[in-house]
Amino acid sequence: MKKILDTGNAACALAVKAARVDFVAAYPITPQTSVVEKLAGYIAEGKMNAKYLPVESEHSAMSAVAAAAAAGARVFTATSSQGLLYMHEILHYAAGGRLSLVMANVNRAVCAPWCLYVDHQDAVSQRDTGWIQLFAASTQEIYDSIILAYKVTEKIHIPVIVNYDGFLLSHSMMPFETVDQDIIDEFLPPFEPAWRLHPQWGGTFGNVTPAENYAPFRHSLAADIRKAGEVIEKIAREFEKLTGHWHGGLFDAYRTEDAEFFLLSMGSMASEMELAVDILRDKGIPAASIRLRVFRPFPAEELSRLLPDGARLLVFDRNYAFGTEGGVLLAESKAALFNRKDDIKVVGRAVGLGGEDLPADFLAEKAREMMEVLK
Amino acid sequence: MSISIKDLPDFEYVLPGSAACAGCPSAIALRMVGKALGENAIMLMTPSCAVASIGPLPKSCYSIPVLNVCFASAGASAAGLAMALDALYEKGRLTGEKPTIFNWAGDGGTYDIGFQGISAAAERNDDFIHFCYNNEAYSNTGMQRSGATPIYAATTTTPLGKEVHRKNLPLLMLEHRVPYVATASLAYPTDLIRKVKKAKDIRGFKYIEIHAPCYTGWKFPSSDTVKMSRLAVQTGSWLLWEAEFGKVVLNSPTSLLAAEKIKPAPLEEYIGKQGRYAHLADSPQKEEILAAMEKEIRRELKFMAARAEL
Repeated sequence: MKKILDTGNAACALAVKAARVDFVAAYPITPQTSVVEKLAGYIAEGKMNAKYLPVESEHSAMSAVAAAAAAGARVFTATSSQGLLYMHEILHYAAGGRLSLVMANVNRAVCAPWCLYVDHQDAVSQRDTGWIQLFAASTQEIYDSIILAYKVTEKIHIPVIVNYDGFLLSHSMMPFETVDQDIIDEFLPPFEPAWRLHPQWGGTFGNVTPAENYAPFRHSLAADIRKAGEVIEKIAREFEKLTGHWHGGLFDAYRTEDAEFFLLSMGSMASEMELAVDILRDKGIPAASIRLRVFRPFPAEELSRLLPDGARLLVFDRNYAFGTEGGVLLAESKAALFNRKDDIKVVGRAVGLGGEDLPADFLAEKAREMMEVLK
Repeated sequence: MSISIKDLPDFEYVLPGSAACAGCPSAIALRMVGKALGENAIMLMTPSCAVASIGPLPKSCYSIPVLNVCFASAGASAAGLAMALDALYEKGRLTGEKPTIFNWAGDGGTYDIGFQGISAAAERNDDFIHFCYNNEAYSNTGMQRSGATPIYAATTTTPLGKEVHRKNLPLLMLEHRVPYVATASLAYPTDLIRKVKKAKDIRGFKYIEIHAPCYTGWKFPSSDTVKMSRLAVQTGSWLLWEAEFGKVVLNSPTSLLAAEKIKPAPLEEYIGKQGRYAHLADSPQKEEILAAMEKEIRRELKFMAARAEL
């Protein structure tokens, strides 16, 4: 274990190296760029035994890693914003194909108009592609989530996106602890899939299917991704046992004791939210922060379990679900709590779009506005 | 390299039960490719007739592993697979001989929606063969125009005949400075098989385009696929050539046409048999158009002969 001070992108690249990835294909985009530059550097310097394919687009990056994963290689790519949108077709392909893949998405607003800074519109727009989506809130969590993501995807054959906020996390330096290689190797042995795209195994992949074959594939993907929350939590505990690193299960909760108002968010905003909770608590308001770590599968039951009878849920979305009253987390939360018989109430706001600054006092003020609405 | 049809292996890529049309040029070509490449190969396909004719899961008419990729993915997916296998072999996780990786794509997946990825793979010199079976239109969706559709040919989206020229994609691929580029024809199977065997033994990016007259789209009798292929070459409408590391060689009979040692077959014999040119038969501009097409053939022949001098 070694404590270092570096950026989120550096933590991500170090984790990919430590995971002994076989193959990387990527196309640079701000603010992801330094991840793929670092990986290309590690490979060129012989510090990482992998192949690097400098593709000409994100569509090609995902097409390349998907085919490489079909051959049973451990693969990685990273992107942001428009790049993730451009991959959309192949995201469906990879999940439908039950390929084991890990991708980092450095969250950034989408155009038009152009904007380089963080929000979560890129990630939430991939909600229904069949990928697992994790959201990190610190450099340490980025590092640990990449390693964890490989263990998850190789166990249940569903691809995983590790999201983290552009610039706020990707470019800010924070101290984090790397894990010794022998511990990582124990946690993450070489990937030996049951089937590879190779003449020794045979078979066709992605064949034409009539409904009687197609539908069961889709139903099983839907069922397996629902069960993934449990797997993620179990693997996070296993990682904790080896490293002592723990960031919460599906949620990370703060000052929930006797709380009445629960401030739900994800990404770096959720770290600031803890300070907002302190401000509210200082004023005698029983507030708590709950940070969503796993956006897909959406942990509906766990959310309901976290909220006591009559709780007030204040949802902070860094995105919009256009055509609804707010963001995606608001709609998801309401759906998750629909069957509650108590007088639980949910309200939400879309904030922090395009990198809009979210200091704790602003978040506390927004929370108070929402409390007014609920009165 | 002398090749005799009777010495070819019995091994087949296309098994009985293929859902391809009778006389499908893709199936004929793929059989020949299989005899050249052998069993240790992986095929990637983009949406096309060749995918539609696999037969529904769990059956497949192809005897080797197939990855059905998305339409614009051929270049990157084949590149990713080739490089990932290199990594797995180098790390000792796979042993034995690395399989040949090849794309089997139509002109849509090559000239149009797939071109960006294929161009990029060629520029990077990734290690696979890209085959384009060129039936000069989107045959799988019912004969819409493509970047490979020749001028004047009618398709469902150019019902009055195409107004612009096709791209010269083999030439574009050649100028990517890749190790091997070739054109081929179903009517010259030993030439085709020789070229595929040559490509198999070269590391890096290889491009082979096979002219693939499609009877349903071009509207000629299904028994005439090979005859139509031969006429395309004999009239100079399809040129046979190959290039190793940029050095172009014209192959017979294109070389003989270029050297004026033989006369081209009458163009009308080729296009007159195709329903897609039927509108020309009654056109008052028929003679003018035929003359323009012949002029274009002479231009292309002269151009490639001069390119072969480089």
